[in-house]
Amino acid sequence: MMDLILAPWPWYVSGFLIALVMFLLLMMGDSFGMSSNLRTLCTICGAGKKTDFFQFDWKSQKWNLLVMIGAVIGGFIGAYFLSSNSGVDISSETVLSLKDYGITSSATSYLPTEIFWDFSIKNLLLLAIGGFLVGFGTRYAGGCTSGHAISGLSNLQLPSLIAVIGFFAGGLFMIHFLFPIIF
Amino acid sequence: MKKIIYLSIGILFGITMYKSEAASWFRIYEMFNFQAFHMYGIIGVAVVLGLITTQLIKKFNIKSFYGFPIKIDDKAKSFKRYLFGGLIFGLGWALAGACPGPMFTLVGAGFFSLLIVIAFAIFGTYVYGVFKEKLPH
Repeated sequence: MMDLILAPWPWYVSGFLIALVMFLLLMMGDSFGMSSNLRTLCTICGAGKKTDFFQFDWKSQKWNLLVMIGAVIGGFIGAYFLSSNSGVDISSETVLSLKDYGITSSATSYLPTEIFWDFSIKNLLLLAIGGFLVGFGTRYAGGCTSGHAISGLSNLQLPSLIAVIGFFAGGLFMIHFLFPIIF
Repeated sequence: MKKIIYLSIGILFGITMYKSEAASWFRIYEMFNFQAFHMYGIIGVAVVLGLITTQLIKKFNIKSFYGFPIKIDDKAKSFKRYLFGGLIFGLGWALAGACPGPMFTLVGAGFFSLLIVIAFAIFGTYVYGVFKEKLPH
């Protein structure tokens, strides 16, 4: 049993647990959407003084900040108590294609050390731009993977389907057209 | 008590993201190369089960744990904001390899460079708020 927990969890277990998280939040009278926290954090930082968009009672979102803090603690528990190996078993094709970009750490690290542990100017820029696009895009689209792909599609929302198609189109463009230029 | 429940739900979510490798940059890269079923399986199962529970909640007017009716809001009708916003989000998702949940999980897992991603995600959200009225929605 412990071996099963320490090994990476299969997709069907994970899919079930994500649906469970969404269900529990609905049953609490709330909803599953992680990116709202980014807006709340802006408000806490005082963004509401200048911009209406950030003028709301952030305390009403305290529950979601707690979920966010839980997600941090969950990452800590997952990485330090529930894992025996930190590599990621991606397909051999993926390993090969990453080699062309000089990324060879998938067998030993959860994230590519070449990007996340090498603080070159280029990497810092990549992380900053990546983060900026996620933050800007998610608020523009009114949700992220949890709010649109999981909650929105579960509620048969056409706007969420459009957003999810956008997520994938943007991701495909980044990986297939921009990565060969960047790396 | 309520606080502990929210924290626990978050912990369950964080452990799930980490242990399923959905928080790994490698898995996101693999997904966008269509080289494994893994991520599609995760999202697929979550959406199918989510769809069933959401529809059951709506059909049978299931009450929340606290006895209140569960209100599931429809998304505002529009096209441009979802497409443009989605595209921008997708570019960042593939580049940073993390979306707004996992980026927090990864900090807990000890990848402190994600703090840069989070700081700029907050900044990106702020810039959206400032220019909101000027953007096509």
